[in-house]
Amino acid sequence: MKRVEILKTYKIYSGGKFPRTESGRYYMALDKKGNPIANMCLGSRKDVRNAVVSARKALGAWSGKTAFNRSQILYRIAEVIEGRKSQFVEELILQGSQKNSAIKEVEDSIDRIVYYAGWCDKFCQIGSSVNPVSSSHFNFSTYEPVGVVGLIAPQDSSLLGLVSLLMPIIAGGNTCVVLANESLPLCSITFSEVLHASDVPGGAVNIITGHISELIKPLSTHMDVNALAFSGLNELKKEIDLFSVENLKRVRSYDLNWKNTDTQGLHYITDFQEVKTTWHPIENIGGATSTY
Amino acid sequence: MTSKNKNWEYSPSLESTGHIKLKKKYDLFINGKWTKSSSKKYFKTINPNDEKLIAEISHANQNDVDLAVKSARKAYDTVWSKMPANERGKYIYRIARIMQERAKELAVIESLDSGKPIREARDIDIPLACNHFFYYAGWADKLDYAFPNRKISPLGVAGQIIPWNFPLLMAAWKIAPALAAGNTVVLKPAETTSLTALKLAEIIEESGLPAGVVNIITGHGDTGASIVNHPDINKIAFTGSTGVGKIIQKAIAGTDKKATLELGGKSANIIFDDAPLDQAIEGIVNGIFFNQGHVCCAGSRLFVQENIADKVIRKLKHRMKSLVVGNPLDKNTDVGAINSKDQLQIINKYIKLGKKEGAELYQSTCSIPKKGFFCPPTIFTNVAQSSILVQEEIFGPVLTIQTFRTVDEVIQKANNTPYGLAAGVWTDKGARIFNLTTKLKAGVVWANTYNKFDPASPFGGYKESGFGREGGMHGLSAYLKLS
Repeated sequence: MKRVEILKTYKIYSGGKFPRTESGRYYMALDKKGNPIANMCLGSRKDVRNAVVSARKALGAWSGKTAFNRSQILYRIAEVIEGRKSQFVEELILQGSQKNSAIKEVEDSIDRIVYYAGWCDKFCQIGSSVNPVSSSHFNFSTYEPVGVVGLIAPQDSSLLGLVSLLMPIIAGGNTCVVLANESLPLCSITFSEVLHASDVPGGAVNIITGHISELIKPLSTHMDVNALAFSGLNELKKEIDLFSVENLKRVRSYDLNWKNTDTQGLHYITDFQEVKTTWHPIENIGGATSTY
Repeated sequence: MTSKNKNWEYSPSLESTGHIKLKKKYDLFINGKWTKSSSKKYFKTINPNDEKLIAEISHANQNDVDLAVKSARKAYDTVWSKMPANERGKYIYRIARIMQERAKELAVIESLDSGKPIREARDIDIPLACNHFFYYAGWADKLDYAFPNRKISPLGVAGQIIPWNFPLLMAAWKIAPALAAGNTVVLKPAETTSLTALKLAEIIEESGLPAGVVNIITGHGDTGASIVNHPDINKIAFTGSTGVGKIIQKAIAGTDKKATLELGGKSANIIFDDAPLDQAIEGIVNGIFFNQGHVCCAGSRLFVQENIADKVIRKLKHRMKSLVVGNPLDKNTDVGAINSKDQLQIINKYIKLGKKEGAELYQSTCSIPKKGFFCPPTIFTNVAQSSILVQEEIFGPVLTIQTFRTVDEVIQKANNTPYGLAAGVWTDKGARIFNLTTKLKAGVVWANTYNKFDPASPFGGYKESGFGREGGMHGLSAYLKLS
């Protein structure tokens, strides 16, 4: 007799745990032919709010890690996916990808993670400056993470789009609340298991599945979310912009095909950074005439 | 010793106004020509020191805005975007040089029209404005170096709306980087302080800058709204209140207009018990009474470590007694006139509310001119974190004083505001300075100093104090398309 397979229960990822949605609701992820492939959590407003609380709590722990350590953790994410490559490939195929393109998507995603792993402890040196002010002060500008970022995962790919925006956000020390790809949600939850196994602190990344149309508002109106990122969704841009006004969220919208190799770079990190400038007086007495 | 002691009073030392040239009526500077507004309306600009009329200013309407945007677009398409970058830079250098030559005139007019002390206009506003043009002129042909691995191009036409607290300086902060990056400009000064922007238009005319590259149009809020809503503007740069900043964000939602907003603040100035106290007192005074407190980054929330609070408050009150409030054109004046009657009413409303809430008021006992708009330097002690005085931006010479015991406590209190523009830290301990500067959510942190500005130093806020930076290399990206 054929062995009975253990089917996977997909749950959301919030505060470093894998709860079901507090709403108890579900929706079905379908394959290309419209056959159900999994029951997904139909996340709610409250799930979004809980996730924001977790992300805010985790901000100190994540942004407080040394940049070098963040670099190692991102690299670890790549290592862990590499070992679970076949699982992601299977999920992509289940969701309708051809085998070759599924393999390519996973490999490209791994390479992109490694790319951003390397940036963690380097981007600050490139964008920082010591500013030659015309008074007796030492003055420098450097980057700081903008804080909690809401990310509406790109809706055209299950894994690569998510990785392409999430990695620069967390490489820079931000924490993140992700609304997963609605129609291709499997990889995002499997990816959260990877994050969980890679020393990313609980709450630093939270991933919620559900209807984008329902969850956009609680995420983009939330007063404790500092920035918002999305890709495509041009028909929703105005609405998202308006939702974001009240606490002046930094809204970053992209319209890119994340398969292209030029869709990675330093500026995807600095898009989610604030520039801080610090001044301090320089004492100007004694040794004034010395040229040595 | 009080200021009533006649033996020690300063003799008046008024700056002369004989050499300044002002017209009775100003039109709009569009396409390199002085153009009458199709509204045919003028409004008065008065001297806040004596409420006397200085000049009449044209009130631009939607048609005028459209004309200005069209001329900016034409100048962008036909001249400015085609000009070699080094040539572009040379025009900006020219503007800087002519401003320096006419610095005295600009300073006097700025003081007359805005109410700021002539000493500040002369030593801070005008030199910084000139330097800002000089600084960005040199960037024009070096932009590639600022953005490695990116393709850069200008955005097109920038619509710029500036406030009344640093009129010419804000015009410089807006225009200089926009031109260096290759954009053309439509700029609107605030309605109470149009004069130095119009003088800048004269200087731009004198510099031979191609017609339409900079257009300066005057008016009220409706003029600004027409700029924001104009479909052919690529970039909005605004400095002003957080309330108006949000209106602008709503207006441009869903469009491709790029925006930088430099908005309000409620900045914390934090004094630890090991701080050099006499310097810190000067820092507190400079933080809140500089430019009558009309400063978005004013150190309006003072946090004093509990064990030195009595001493600091005593010393601060003593120092406030020697501040001279009066005619802005008097070189002895420390605190000038409140910019407008409206603003004075807002400040007085907050003072009243503070008293009603039970906060303890102290105002300096100096004499205040009978005419004009004046407010004595004011401090409130015994204020709660929830007080309206602590929560809301007053934009006047009003300081709240709170105390703290530990570093954690003061970081938490300082960050407990929707704003995040600036902060000050006073302590002798370097390690503590770096701890605080990294934990304070603010775009600018002054350690053992306050209210310092420089063209090379990026300025701008976190959170609801707006986004984008002005000044330095970081100020360039606000005016460039990077791909």
